[in-house]
Amino acid sequence: MFSEEKLNKVKEIIARYPQGKQKSALIPVLHLAQEEFGGWLSSETMDYVASLLQITSIEVYEVATFYSMFNLQPVGKHVFEVCQTGPCMLRGSDQIIDYIKKKLDIGVGETTKDGLFTLKTVECLGACGYAPMMQLGKHYREHLTPEKVDAIIEECRAKAN
Amino acid sequence: MPTIYIDNKAFEVKAGKNLLEACLSLGLDLPYFCWHPAMGSVGACRQCAVKVFKDEEDTRGRIVMSCMESVKDGLRLSVNDKTATTFRSQVIEWLMTNHPHDCPVCDEGGCCHLQDVTVMTGHNYRRYEYKKRTYTNQYLGPLVNHEMNRCIQCYRCVRYYRDYAGGKDLNVFSAHNHVYFGREKDGVLQSPFSGNLVEVCPTGVFTDKTLKEHYTRKWDLTNAPAVCQHCSLGCNVIAGERYGQLRNIVNRYNSEVNGYFLCDKGRFGYEFVNSENRVTQPLIRKRQSEAVNRATLMQHMSTLLSGHTLIGIGSPRASLESNYALMDLVGKENFYQGIPDDLVYIEQKIVDILLSGAIHTPSLKEIEQADAVLILGEDIWNTAPVMALAVRQSVMKTAATHTTEQVAIPLWHDMAVRELVQDAKGFLANMTVTASPLDEISASTMRAAPDDLARLGFAIAHILNPSLPEVPDATDAVRTQAMNISRALQQAKHPVIITGTSCWNNALVRAAFDIAAALDLTEKRAGLAFVMQDCNSLGLAMMRSSSFEKAITSAERSSNVTAIILENDLYRSVPAGQADAFFSSCKNVVVLDTLHNRTTERADVLIPAATFAEADGTFVNNEARAQCSSQVFMPANSEVRESFKWLSEIRSLKTTAGNGHEKHPDEILQALESKFPQFKGISRSAPPHDFRFHGARIPRESHRYSGRTAMQANIDVSEPKPLQDDDSPLSYTMEGYRGPAPSPLIPFFWAPGWNSGQSVNKFQLETGGSLKGGEPGVRLAEQTGVTPVFSRDIPDAFTARQDKWLLLPQYHLFGSGELSVYTEGIASQSPAPYISLSRHDAERAGLKEGDIVTVKSDGKAYSLPLSIHGSLPDGIMLVPAGLRGMDSWSWGGWVNISTVKV
Ligand code: SF4
Ligand code: SF4
Ligand code: FES
Ligand code: FES
Repeated sequence: MFSEEKLNKVKEIIARYPQGKQKSALIPVLHLAQEEFGGWLSSETMDYVASLLQITSIEVYEVATFYSMFNLQPVGKHVFEVCQTGPCMLRGSDQIIDYIKKKLDIGVGETTKDGLFTLKTVECLGACGYAPMMQLGKHYREHLTPEKVDAIIEECRAKAN
Repeated sequence: MPTIYIDNKAFEVKAGKNLLEACLSLGLDLPYFCWHPAMGSVGACRQCAVKVFKDEEDTRGRIVMSCMESVKDGLRLSVNDKTATTFRSQVIEWLMTNHPHDCPVCDEGGCCHLQDVTVMTGHNYRRYEYKKRTYTNQYLGPLVNHEMNRCIQCYRCVRYYRDYAGGKDLNVFSAHNHVYFGREKDGVLQSPFSGNLVEVCPTGVFTDKTLKEHYTRKWDLTNAPAVCQHCSLGCNVIAGERYGQLRNIVNRYNSEVNGYFLCDKGRFGYEFVNSENRVTQPLIRKRQSEAVNRATLMQHMSTLLSGHTLIGIGSPRASLESNYALMDLVGKENFYQGIPDDLVYIEQKIVDILLSGAIHTPSLKEIEQADAVLILGEDIWNTAPVMALAVRQSVMKTAATHTTEQVAIPLWHDMAVRELVQDAKGFLANMTVTASPLDEISASTMRAAPDDLARLGFAIAHILNPSLPEVPDATDAVRTQAMNISRALQQAKHPVIITGTSCWNNALVRAAFDIAAALDLTEKRAGLAFVMQDCNSLGLAMMRSSSFEKAITSAERSSNVTAIILENDLYRSVPAGQADAFFSSCKNVVVLDTLHNRTTERADVLIPAATFAEADGTFVNNEARAQCSSQVFMPANSEVRESFKWLSEIRSLKTTAGNGHEKHPDEILQALESKFPQFKGISRSAPPHDFRFHGARIPRESHRYSGRTAMQANIDVSEPKPLQDDDSPLSYTMEGYRGPAPSPLIPFFWAPGWNSGQSVNKFQLETGGSLKGGEPGVRLAEQTGVTPVFSRDIPDAFTARQDKWLLLPQYHLFGSGELSVYTEGIASQSPAPYISLSRHDAERAGLKEGDIVTVKSDGKAYSLPLSIHGSLPDGIMLVPAGLRGMDSWSWGGWVNISTVKV
């Protein structure tokens, strides 16, 4: 359940759309829910969102499963969303992904045992000019190299301590 | 008509169509997946690519999706252009990358749209050599099977299920190469139109689970054009048999009736034909050995005929041929309808209206095209499912037409139109006793007792035509609602009023007529549609015979009565007390029926009748369309025969004049129309038995039918002589005329290159249009311009009575059918018997949900659990009608509660 404050935020989002079109608020509300409930959307969370927007659960699942930025499984504290589309691939995203896998000893879609890192692959994030790249939280990390990846991992670990 | 050039040849085509429709209508083979004639285009699959050219000089051209481009005069395109054909073969290649290599074990194989298109585009070698994605399949209930790996992401299923049929529990999930079409979790599909997924999906993702139980490839079936037996709409179906078992039902396109879709009861409710409960042997009861052969039976029958008063009880579910044969045997004055007086009275009213020529009765297609619909009393979702689907289309399409009038977007452009339309809807007023799934698309709803609904109807009629009487003491609420509805009806060009017999209330029929007739006087083409109870209710009613009560009276008058009951379980048709009374005043009871039931238990002589699948027969649907249902297979058991054959044979015992010639069904129809002018033209509803095409019959079996020489080898190693069908132009072989058959005789849809049902394109004048040679069936009632005689007879307002309730039936799509519940997957979705009262009434009577309540109807006491009904008006008791094992009650009568057990 959202806190009072978040509920107000939900109301505010819904109010942006015409009466009866509260379904339009779905994506921002899902983001809010993901942020609020541990970085991922459980089916309970999605059902809750459905009830807030007075739509059926299946409509929420349809949207939540479509977008790679919604996590349908628990994720680590830091989620590496590495772009694997053409331009990034040409600039070595495959190697970056492999490097991360080895370094963290996880596969794509998996989370490290300490619950710190999750590796995901995503499609073009519109930053092809800075390929290869990934999204980490709300920021883009660009021109990735193994060294940069090392540094990012260290930085995350440091934050965690 | 615009002229377009296809591969440099000029063709005249219909304006307003897209290029794909134009090409298919011209008979060209152009592959497609996502476009559907009933659902329009979305341009999703990219399979229908063609090349269009700027002008004659343009040699480069550009690739377009033919389903997304409008026909324009002078437009030049190429289907055969190299770039276009390569493009199409590449599209199928990538659609096929993840498709499993499982045709041999896939139920779709042999009637698969994907196979058709793959072969057509020339993709025959898979270059993709990586791991294919695999999905978890879902349990979707007992009727539809799910096998997601076969999906090619055309989106037809969700577009059909959600957009077209209004279902909510199927959707698309995820993205990219792992999109998934299914439910949010395992569970029974909620839409009663879910079975159409089997035909809509171009692959084997959705298949018929009932067929799986006795699987047969399309090419191995013996097929015939039949008519659905499960409600009065008479949807056209193709029924397929192998090894003496009915194996499946698929849609038989008829643009005027069912179009492309059936309801699940019609598609899956066929298992009764194969039931263990079939009557298979003539029986003469109360003798040492009851099972007898035909000769003994006939001997016995001849003793029953002489010196006895004969009474015939007809049936609303038996064919006209059989009903008429019975009437012919017992004499018109001794033939009764086998349904209660009240119902006969209402049905007679309907027949009078239809035959008067004063009003037009619309086909389902016309209901789809109506621009305002008023439903008065009838719960069509449960009593006429495909009509509910048609009404839904009217609501959605009217909105689309209104919206696209202002913008240059063609109606086939489905996505664009939906974006524009948003939530706008055409006008539907759903005025019924209880809530219905149609309410959510209705502009106006009302929950009231039948008399009050009729009063609302008369109030509307009065507004439309002030010379009609005003409804006395109408409440303000009724006045306002009547005003709003009449305004919407007045604004429409083709308003349709729907009513029926399921409320057992004749005022509804009269009110609906007054509204439709009043509208019709104002220069519009108004339609009045009736829903009847059974597949031949209207046909029987048109014979204008007396009710069952009259049969009782006449049985009571004579001491020596032999009653012959035709395919009618009286305990389901009339209150049980009346059935008992009738049986006790008959000396001998002869019953012809297909399945054992409580009436066959009372039979002294029981004669096994053929089901629709084993019989030729004509049925008159709710719009007075007489349609022929052809025999699909001859029962191996020669004791099972069409009722009309038994009855003609019995009749020949009476006369010495007969020449021993058995009458063909078409000859019976001729006799019928010569006796009764109201059936004029009915013998034209299908070609006569001796019709031949270039000297040949039309084969029920495909040219690929396998195993003919060996399939009976366990009985006899020599190949048996093919069965001879004397009653129709269809043959029981693979040989015969393979060209286009007259539409009532199309046994299955197939065309070179099109093994799937998509081959129906080749049988139509244009895609989604009528069949070449016209739609099967003959309409027996047409508007003639006679001045209508208004009813003006307004019932009093309904008043709830102290401790008494008006007893009304609740029909259940799954459960109320006598025959369809023999399909396990339908029976399992049927509700358990209950008695319903409104919350307020239950509280007043001190009753709680689940209390066992005892009610007396027609002298019999019934104890059932109480189910409190949220939307039921006070003063009404609702009881499910026709559930398995349940008696018919005195619907429309008043009952009280005698005891209660908590
Ligand atoms: S399940 Fe069938 S209809 Fe639905 S998208 Fe896949 S192939 Fe098309
Ligand atoms: S709507 Fe009626 S006639 Fe049509 S398929 Fe369903 S039960 Fe059969
Ligand atoms: S391809 Fe990676 S950001 Fe566009
Ligand atoms: S049929 Fe034209 S794109 Fe699918």
